[in-house]
Order: sequence, then C-alpha cells, then structure tokens
Amino acid sequence: MDWWKDIYLSLKEANIKQVAYVPDAGHAKLIEACIADNDIISVPLTSEEEGIGVLAGAWLGGERGVLLMQSSGVGNCINMIGLMRTCRFPFATFITMRGQWHEFNPWQVPMGQGTQPTLSAMDVLTEVVENPEDVGKQAKATLHRAFTGMQATALLLHQKLVPLKTFGK
Amino acid sequence: MNKTNSASEYPLRRREVAKKIVDVGGNDFLLVSGLGSPNWDFTAAGDRDTFFPLWGAMGGAVPIGLGLALAQPKHRIVVATGDGEMLMGIGSLATVAIQEPKNLVILVFDNERYGETGMQETATAHKADIATIAAGCGISQTMTVRTKEELDLNVVRVFEDQGPILSVIKVKAEPLDFVLPPKDGAYLKDRFRKAVLGDKGIV
Repeated sequence: MDWWKDIYLSLKEANIKQVAYVPDAGHAKLIEACIADNDIISVPLTSEEEGIGVLAGAWLGGERGVLLMQSSGVGNCINMIGLMRTCRFPFATFITMRGQWHEFNPWQVPMGQGTQPTLSAMDVLTEVVENPEDVGKQAKATLHRAFTGMQATALLLHQKLVPLKTFGK
Repeated sequence: MNKTNSASEYPLRRREVAKKIVDVGGNDFLLVSGLGSPNWDFTAAGDRDTFFPLWGAMGGAVPIGLGLALAQPKHRIVVATGDGEMLMGIGSLATVAIQEPKNLVILVFDNERYGETGMQETATAHKADIATIAAGCGISQTMTVRTKEELDLNVVRVFEDQGPILSVIKVKAEPLDFVLPPKDGAYLKDRFRKAVLGDKGIV
C-alpha cells in the first residue's frame, strides 16, 4: 500500500508549499512525509473547514496548498467551500473514504455516502480512484485541474485503498 | 442568562479604531477583514487593493490570514474581525499557535453583538473572553484594549512586536451606516494578488 508515495511525489512536482490536514489513519504516512519535508509547511487543523481558509490565504500570498482529510471532514467544510467558488480560488483536496465497503462503524456511513453528492452540490469536481496503481496519475490530474485548470476539485480515495478498521473485532 | 452588558457605553468607536490602524500601519501591511462590520470599518477608512474583505466564509478570517502569513513572511498580516466571526472559528486560534507566525496580528473588534443580524448578544456579552481563550490556545501575545490610551499603545505594538498577536478591542455597540467594498470575490482575489505579487499574480 505505497500509493501515498505517488501522491507525495505529485505534490512535489506541482510545487505544493502548504499541506493542511486533520490527522487521519488513511493519510497518516503521507502526512508524516509532508511533516518531514522542509519545503512544505504542514498545518494541522482543529477542523477541516479551517483548511479551506488556509488554502485561500496561501493562494492570496502566491503559494499552492492542498487539504488532506477523511470523508467525514467534508461535512465540516461545506459552507466554507463556497469561498473557493465565489472567489474562484483553485482548490485541491485528497479525501480518504469511509462508509463505502467493509465499514465496521455505522456512524461513518451517512457522511461517507454523502461526500460526493455534497461536494457536487457545492460545484467541486470529483473523481474516485479505487486501484492503487491509478492513484499517482489521478493525483497529478487533480493538481493539474486545480492549478492549471483553475477549478475546485477533489480526489476520493476509495475505502478499498485503506486497511480495514475493525476495532479488534 | 444574566444581562450585565454595557457595550453601548464603551468609549472606543470602531470606525475611529480602523482609521487609526490604517494611519499607523502605513502602506505595507496586508489586511483580511472578517464578515460584517470590520469590512465596512476598513472600507470607510479607505479601500485598498491590499485589503481582502470577506462577505461570507464566517469563521474563516483567521485561517485565511494564517495561510497568507505563511506564504508572505516578509509582510505584516492583519486580520481584523468581529467577536461573532471569531467565535465561529475559535479553534483556528489553536491552529495559529502551532505555526507561530511572527508576522500575524489578529484584531477582534468586540462589540459583544452580532451586528449584521440585528445586534443580538454574542457569548462575549456573557462569559466568554476571547483574549483568555487565545492565551489558552497558546497565542504568545494577547491583550484587551478598552480606552483610547490603551489603543494608542496597542496600535504601535500591532505593527512592531513579534507575532502572533491577538488583541481584543472592546468597541461601542452602535448601528452605523454601511460603507461597502467591492463584493465580487474573484475581483477581490485578483486585485489582491496583483498588488502583492505583481503581474504574475494574475493567471
């Protein structure tokens, strides 16, 4: 499960300088790599919606950033995402999905199932990636769509890509 | 709810505070102003391309200021927002404290009211103290300003001391005329980037 390295390489290639995140098991290794990278400022958040603001501020100051979060975090961002569309900020987010398959925790299902519809409702373009070997090229395409195509865009990393969480059962 | 509030009698007037900040700050600082009255205050003081007024995104002023401060470490970044907007994004103070941006100043114009919705009381009219919350989050310099004398001292510190700084400025709860900045977000973003980054700011 080294697909996270392909995302990291795509961030480097796209000259991403700020990585905002709420700690997440699916993104854990990518986040660790960003923290270890002296050319990237890692910004841990108390809530995902702060990340929308941080990325807007980064762009105002001439830097590119991305937001790493879990599907449950999308629900925390919806009003703030309006900022990206109103001001036409480029926006790229990488979302590890819950509530899709082999979900042990029923509390993750509503927002997991609501992630893509709510992003679409807020005019954020979405792509889903299921195969580990496709993550790299999809990550590059996501960053291109944001920073060359000047769009708001999300890459949804299917739950197949992350280890099953079973709470010891 | 015990009502002990007297914000309508606070001596500092928000429009005069904004004018003083602009006068002392000169032309080099960059401003993010939070949803509502701070926009009208700073527009009344004189709209600039280096001002980014928020017509929405409530709770987002401090995070935007943080991302900007990290991207532009040589500029002083001023976030001017209200108590209601700050309370909605209060967790962002903990996020700021982790980054310790030396160039970031947060000014909370605290009239203890939600101005845009009819001057209803915020939590600061009751028990909440935003300067204490900020200190608890780990913001290195926090203060509360209540008088003209305190303001005169504070405004100098805002532009000279090492950040992050959060200053709560208790201002009179008063209805004032709207003085509106441009509202097209794409225009506001692009004019800001061009002012800060030059022609390469326009993509």
